[in-house]
Amino acid sequence: MTAVLELLEVSRVHGSGATAVNALRGVSLQVGAGEFVAVMGPSGSGKSTLLNIAGGLDSPSAGEVTVEGVALAGMTRADLAQVRRRSVGYVFQELNLIPALTAAENVALPRELDGVSTRKARAEALAALKDVDLAGVAGRFPDELSGGQQQRIAIARALVGPRRLLLADEPTGALDSVTGEDVMKLLRSRCDEGAAAVLVTHDARLAGWSDRVIFLRDGLMVDDTGTPPTAGSLLTGGAGR
Amino acid sequence: MSIRQGILAMLADGPRHGYQLRVDFEERTGSTWPLNIGQVYTTLSRLERDGLVVALDGGDDDTHKPYALTELGRAELAAWFATPVHREDRPRDELAIKLAMAAEMPGADLHAVVQAQRTDTMRALQDYTRLRRAADAAGDDLSWPIVLDSLIFATEAEVRWLDATEERLARRRATTARTTSDGAAEAAATADDGEAVR
Ligand SMILES: Nc1ncnc2c1ncn2[C@@H]1O[C@H](COP(=O)(O)OP(=O)(O)O)[C@@H](O)[C@H]1O
Ligand SMILES: [Mg+2]
Repeated sequence: MTAVLELLEVSRVHGSGATAVNALRGVSLQVGAGEFVAVMGPSGSGKSTLLNIAGGLDSPSAGEVTVEGVALAGMTRADLAQVRRRSVGYVFQELNLIPALTAAENVALPRELDGVSTRKARAEALAALKDVDLAGVAGRFPDELSGGQQQRIAIARALVGPRRLLLADEPTGALDSVTGEDVMKLLRSRCDEGAAAVLVTHDARLAGWSDRVIFLRDGLMVDDTGTPPTAGSLLTGGAGR
Repeated sequence: MSIRQGILAMLADGPRHGYQLRVDFEERTGSTWPLNIGQVYTTLSRLERDGLVVALDGGDDDTHKPYALTELGRAELAAWFATPVHREDRPRDELAIKLAMAAEMPGADLHAVVQAQRTDTMRALQDYTRLRRAADAAGDDLSWPIVLDSLIFATEAEVRWLDATEERLARRRATTARTTSDGAAEAAATADDGEAVR
């Protein structure tokens, strides 16, 4: 298995002194090509921190992060920005669509920043919009679209081009359940084509689309559907927490 | 799941013999409720005794005898479809009982029990979702995806209930910790151990 994403003993402390928060405590995770991983856990358990670190938007206090075999630590700002643009597709709760650009222009933007020709970027953007069933609104501006449509545009923008690592943090907030499933279908098909995806969600039905679910609690990875359940030791008191 | 009504429903399409009924049953419900052929024959002979089905001639031996629905059988089937399944008629939920017991049991780590269950339940949900994806891709008939959806929604509900149980547990822990820190300081260590403190 080629690991597209690898976290090794990653910790993250937000703040310092008396107000320091251990958002992640020694989390290790490998996501291979073709693998779809869901991250679940109560609010505040470190899910978003994990995703931000995986995508190079935040750096660990300790531990290592590798994307497609390249360690993110010690990269120049410019190199890191390039990895983020070329290898990683993000879908966040905040859509960050640019109001002055049409749907197609919003989706094409990251590819153009990448140096892809305008024509090619536009063709890729239209294909990505078609994947989210929005080919018909390519020329409209974000404020002319419904919340659900804007969200799908943000998803198309994350999927456009040959990104190999897809990161999604509660991406289906404004979507109804049918559309939520459509988004899972998209992520799933990208993984089947060789991408790796990490999805943060509290929706078990969406997490059901993954190959593997990991559970965070207080910054620790407490369980994983990828490993068979360990019988016994459930009555051994608080030690296991 | 009532095998009896399931068999009546399949016979509504026309006569079938035992083996065929078993195959059809599994086709319509997936391998969710595997039937053994013995159960099928036992059920058929009871249905025949009650006048709901009749054995037709034509099979060379007993196992190939086709069965058909009688008028009485048709009426029973119609009544079954017309009657909602009451929740109280379903078997007691072992898991709810287990967690309720664990909650009051000194030394039991309810968090660990909940998490182990959640992982197992999520694994089932992944399996059902995979099966439904395959069924959707194959463009199968409606029966199997309907059964799978039922399992998917029920499993999702179980995960949500486990989440709610965990939140309830965390709230309880927070109150217990507060109460004890108001009192004896060394009791806090015990409170952190959880459920034993009552
Ligand atoms: N920028 C930040 N500064 C300080 N604390 C933070 C910051 N980001 C997150 N945290 C804290 O870190 C913990 C984990 O947060 P987060 O990763 O957002 O959790 P989740 O996404 O699971 O809800 C929480 O206690 C949160 O308050
Ligand atoms: Mg979050």
